[in-house]
Amino acid sequence: MSRIVGIDLGTTNSLVAYVDEKTGVPRVIPDRDGQALLPSVVSFVSEGVLVGAVAKRQLVRRPESTVYSVKRLMGRGYEDVKEELCYLPFKVLPCEGIVKILIGSREVTPPEVSAIVLKSLKERAEAHFGESIEKAVITVPAYFNDSQRQATKDAGRIAGLDVVRIVNEPTAASLAYGLQRIREGVVAVYDLGGGTFDISILRVQDGVFEVLATNGNTHLGGDDFDRAIVMWLLDDIREKHGVYLGRDLEAMQELRLAAEAAKIRLSAEERTVLTIPFDAFTYHREITRGELERLLERLVDSTLLPCRMALADAGLASADIDEVVLVGGSTRVPLVRRRVQELFGKTPHSQLNPDEVVALGAAVQAHILAGGITNMLLLDVTPLSLGIETLGGIVSVLIPRNTTIPTNARELFTTSVDGQRIVDMHVVQGEREVAKDCRSLARFELSGIDPMPAGMPKIEVVFLIDANGILQVTATELRTGKAAAIEVKPTYGLSEADVGRMVEESFTYAEADVEARLLIEARNEADTVITHVERALGQGRQLVGADERETIVTALETLRRARATDDRVLIRETTTGLNRATEHLAELMMDAALKGALASRRADEIMEK
Amino acid sequence: MDHFEVFGVPRRLGIDAAELQRKFYELSRRGHPDFHQGAPPERQAEILAASARLNAAYRALRDPIGRIEYLVRLEEGRDTREGATVKPKAPPELLEEMFEIQESLQEAQSSSQPGGLEAGARATLAAHRERLLARHQEEEHRLRGPLSEAWDSGGAAERADVITAFKEALAARAYLRTVIDDIDEALGEVREGHVSHRRH
Repeated sequence: MSRIVGIDLGTTNSLVAYVDEKTGVPRVIPDRDGQALLPSVVSFVSEGVLVGAVAKRQLVRRPESTVYSVKRLMGRGYEDVKEELCYLPFKVLPCEGIVKILIGSREVTPPEVSAIVLKSLKERAEAHFGESIEKAVITVPAYFNDSQRQATKDAGRIAGLDVVRIVNEPTAASLAYGLQRIREGVVAVYDLGGGTFDISILRVQDGVFEVLATNGNTHLGGDDFDRAIVMWLLDDIREKHGVYLGRDLEAMQELRLAAEAAKIRLSAEERTVLTIPFDAFTYHREITRGELERLLERLVDSTLLPCRMALADAGLASADIDEVVLVGGSTRVPLVRRRVQELFGKTPHSQLNPDEVVALGAAVQAHILAGGITNMLLLDVTPLSLGIETLGGIVSVLIPRNTTIPTNARELFTTSVDGQRIVDMHVVQGEREVAKDCRSLARFELSGIDPMPAGMPKIEVVFLIDANGILQVTATELRTGKAAAIEVKPTYGLSEADVGRMVEESFTYAEADVEARLLIEARNEADTVITHVERALGQGRQLVGADERETIVTALETLRRARATDDRVLIRETTTGLNRATEHLAELMMDAALKGALASRRADEIMEK
Repeated sequence: MDHFEVFGVPRRLGIDAAELQRKFYELSRRGHPDFHQGAPPERQAEILAASARLNAAYRALRDPIGRIEYLVRLEEGRDTREGATVKPKAPPELLEEMFEIQESLQEAQSSSQPGGLEAGARATLAAHRERLLARHQEEEHRLRGPLSEAWDSGGAAERADVITAFKEALAARAYLRTVIDDIDEALGEVREGHVSHRRH
């Protein structure tokens, strides 16, 4: 069997991993610079597309054409996401059930953006093995519904990958842990990532990883933490500097990145200082861990209800849990750890890197599928109940949530009018009793029924949820035994034809070549330095003499001219030249800023007393 | 193939949970699609169907009450799908109390107070709830214990009566569950897993 890699397609970062056949140990594949994490960011530039760290550096420069956190849009309709669109700098439009992202005059769908990330990982793996990689296991949040799973599968296809399995992130993580030290018992996996939250309760016994229950929220994660911090900073800036930056796309990206960095620092430190230079002023703010925790408390606490619901569905109490495993970068936040520990009354495990453990688990599952491991088996569940709409809009559940997959349900349909040749059915997913409150998955049309008196035809419809958690529907007319034709209209998602077209078009989103990328990077760097120097000249011109000012202005002009050329070496050199010319000014400004920050801190302390 | 046949066990209700789980894992290891990725597509479809059948069988048989619901459907030739087996029906001796409860519930619905109820009415409803819950548990014990044993030891003639008794007990249990859920809602104590009670 050909090689299968494991891919964690994350909200913030993505990774690719494989199991070393000699040692049986799963390993993450790093890029040429040794980086394992590929930021899930795609920037559309005239030279092509940029992916990963290079794209991430475009966030502030090109907010409108740099797409991040696209996982939150996967398999979603406009109505699902419209409330959070105001936080995204790129334009998102409704489009036949799904959403499209508008980049200049180009439209791309979320699966196409994810495909660009997947393709980059595919190429990374190909460079590593020196062979073509065509098959992958891709992970998704356990609480992803059918449309979100399907969208992920579509992304794989567009990237030229045969997605042999969609596996749930928390269960993948449990496989990675299980491989290292198989222990029998009941395990709770708490997975809080950049954009999604999952809780899965598993029983591990004799190498079988049986998921008992799962719950979660596909719209809760580190992104929401950052957003809470940004909202708070916006208020603080308005108070201190009298400006509201909420509508300034570039400033918002600066704030978001600074908030994220401060949040990360506060996992290790008790207090940290944020310094963000804007055109008109430089913003300083000290944040303590206590302040951060007050901002995040509500969000963190909202993960506890799904945990309790999963326990209830598994028929267990928190005392029945033998081990707790933490997965996802957001579980580094001390408040999260504290809350999980309080809930389960146990110190959670986090020996494996929470950023990598899902990819490692995906690699293990890939190895199982390739026949490399035969003593481990994962039995997962479907996270949401599947039902059909009946008369009056009430849902009749066919497959309850937390049913082990693969699973199926059969239902008999008939006609209500003499000679009726078509029967419609509406399939929904969710826990509400009324169909309109659930997630519409698809409308099916059974056609080609022989004309008979009403109620005579007996059409047996089989709903099968496969091991990917994806629904397949087949129908048979029982009297004739012939398969009924089914036309599926997915409510959210791409049609077969769409995916086919996107596979063909995917080459238009080829990654910019190395030379183009280096030029973009050089220009970026130049832009950053130019902006900083303009700002410094504006804010600190009184700090240096006329001669020094003159030298800086000349160097600035030289760089501006160089930037307009395609000569990246020249741009680099003149950028260094300008940097050197402003070293002294930068030092003076830093001193002034430090004094300012100290003064304001002292003032705060006095206020507190 | 019915769920009992999938596990190769007779149509009996006395099933050891640990033994059933052991068999489930063993059969899963043998027939899970994960271990047959190299098989031709037709064979894979068969394996998928068999795996789905195994999972459905395990789900239906592992819970003592679910097992009875399945058995009733099977005996009556209604082997279609999981879900409600019987229509909820009030136990006759409780009719009077039900009437009272329904009245309080309606009152709660029409009241504008948060929680919808005064302290006195709340206490009365809570007391009703306790009694109904005890009764609900009683029905479950009867189903799992004496009635299941009667099925396993009975001959064909007795078994027909046991099926009737199963249906009555299941209907009463379903009814009690619905009323308890309604009371919880009125008391503003909608608990997690509330939906699952209604559904399964």
